[in-house]
Amino acid sequence: MSKMKEKAVSSKMNGGYVPGSSGHVYQKRRDPHHVRSAVLTIAACILLAALMAFYQKNASDHSYAISIIERSAVYAVAAAAMNLVTGFTGLFSLGAAGFMAIGAYTTAVLTIPLSARASVYYMNGIAPWLENLQVPVLVAMILGGLISAGFAALIGIPVLRLKSDYLAIATLGFAEIIRTVLAAPMMDQITNGSYGLNNIPGFTNIFQPLILAAVCIAIMMLLLHSSYGRAFKAVRDDEVAAEAMGINLFRTKELSFVISSFFMGISGGMLALFMRSIDTKTFQITMTYNILLIVVLGGIGSITGSIIGALLINGGQEWLRFLDEPLTVGGVSIPLFRPGFRMVIYSIVLMVVVLFWRRGIMGDREFSWNHLFSVFRRKKKASQGGAQ
Amino acid sequence: MEKTENLLEINNLVVRYGGIEAVRGISFGVPKGKIVTLIGSNGAGKSSTLRSVVGLVKPAAGSITFKGEDLLKLPTETIVTRGITMVPEGRRVFVNLTVAENLRMGAYMRKDSIDKDLERVYTLFPRLKERSWQPAGTLSGGEQQMLAIARALMSKPELVMMDEPSLGLAPIIVQEVFEIIREINREGTTILLIEQNANMALQTADCGYVMETGRITLSGTGRELAENEQVREAYLGKAKE
Repeated sequence: MSKMKEKAVSSKMNGGYVPGSSGHVYQKRRDPHHVRSAVLTIAACILLAALMAFYQKNASDHSYAISIIERSAVYAVAAAAMNLVTGFTGLFSLGAAGFMAIGAYTTAVLTIPLSARASVYYMNGIAPWLENLQVPVLVAMILGGLISAGFAALIGIPVLRLKSDYLAIATLGFAEIIRTVLAAPMMDQITNGSYGLNNIPGFTNIFQPLILAAVCIAIMMLLLHSSYGRAFKAVRDDEVAAEAMGINLFRTKELSFVISSFFMGISGGMLALFMRSIDTKTFQITMTYNILLIVVLGGIGSITGSIIGALLINGGQEWLRFLDEPLTVGGVSIPLFRPGFRMVIYSIVLMVVVLFWRRGIMGDREFSWNHLFSVFRRKKKASQGGAQ
Repeated sequence: MEKTENLLEINNLVVRYGGIEAVRGISFGVPKGKIVTLIGSNGAGKSSTLRSVVGLVKPAAGSITFKGEDLLKLPTETIVTRGITMVPEGRRVFVNLTVAENLRMGAYMRKDSIDKDLERVYTLFPRLKERSWQPAGTLSGGEQQMLAIARALMSKPELVMMDEPSLGLAPIIVQEVFEIIREINREGTTILLIEQNANMALQTADCGYVMETGRITLSGTGRELAENEQVREAYLGKAKE
């Protein structure tokens, strides 16, 4: 009993985080530092906005950083959506690339400027109904999300009855089918077949993808904190118990799958706008693996982890670029440093991270300032203890 | 056995898994306001009986009625709203949800306010209140069992069915669990209890049934069964020592 009280007291002092309890979200617990947290969050947002405004103003000097940030925003949405299904509902789905392809193609087909269509479709011609059909970018993206969600609802009916690896294989197959259909000659007049689509209107400034991503992720977070979110987690933790509580397993899984696919469709649309030209090769299985990597690295069951993971994976591939340059030390050119070496190191780093940091960077916690401070405090204490 | 209105009635229930008959035509009733226990060894068909009441298993034949309503055609989520909850075997709390969230999940099918029931559950289990912000996975086995029972109470059930609540718990905790069961029953909830720990179950129950290989072989009040030679030999031999 007394031990228990001690723990309760110490957890209060740590700002809601109980060390040794493997770390979890203490939802709705009154945060003793809520003012500090709010101030820090607002300050961080302002700082971030200022940095982005600075990049935007000098866009030509920072086009490299801008492209990394925009790509990260796109992948953060996709990773959060995958986390919704994999991390929070416990469904191991590998259909991400397929749903993103649907979103990307819908957005692209509906937004390419009318004047550019003749040149885009010069090989096969354009379907007559599509020739003069153009909608605003935002509408096209939402439509892409809805179509993607519709497909998810349909294939969810047979597929969500499968468990773990079987579900992964089935969704993987679905994604490949979507890709093949999009590239099929019968679709030439809509998707331009293997030639792909270009002339897609891009983002005009860095804030557009960031705000889009922020809105999408905020909606997913709200969902996870609602009673639906609790039902997702209950299904993940124990299907039998969840069913005994009266949760309809299939309906809950289907809901999570459909919502996740909606946001994957949106992120696909964002990707089309970011790349400005797409073809079906973009949406191969590698893309799903990349997103899965972000989810695992960031932490399965942590949305903030997915955001951090997206930044690290997209940034990391670029930051390691120096490894591709030839390196000469003392007149001897080291043979390993040549194009492609970067990917070797990158893969090794990932393996090491997954081996030694199995729960990812965030585990299943969400980011909180209090936790960040308590980590620093513990490190400081540890170093003081070591000096004595 | 005194005659009272049966809350739950099971008639000629047959449950098959593939070619194996787990329950071979059993009939019994659970009178309102009582504690009824089903005892029997592993594989006697006790859990299958419970699982078919809440619709997790579809019986091959027979009927199950609750307050006169046929349950067989209803899906699990509707059965829960009718007033039956199951405490599944092996506790099965949601380990990554906090204690408070687990309790909320118990009331998942309810639309009305649950504050009163939270209060009631916390008075019954003060330890859960102290630990309401801890993830359920960090609780001890006994506390998890208490949480599983508390979670079941959150749906305001008329009938709680418990599948082996004493499984894997220290004897002193088992005592506590059974005290809680009696307490819940005193407050007016009918209880159907499945146990391998026949000794405790028969002491607690108003009446009991002995199941063997899918059939009910004996029935009587808790005391009658506890004094029955066959039962003592088969189930209480060790417990009496």
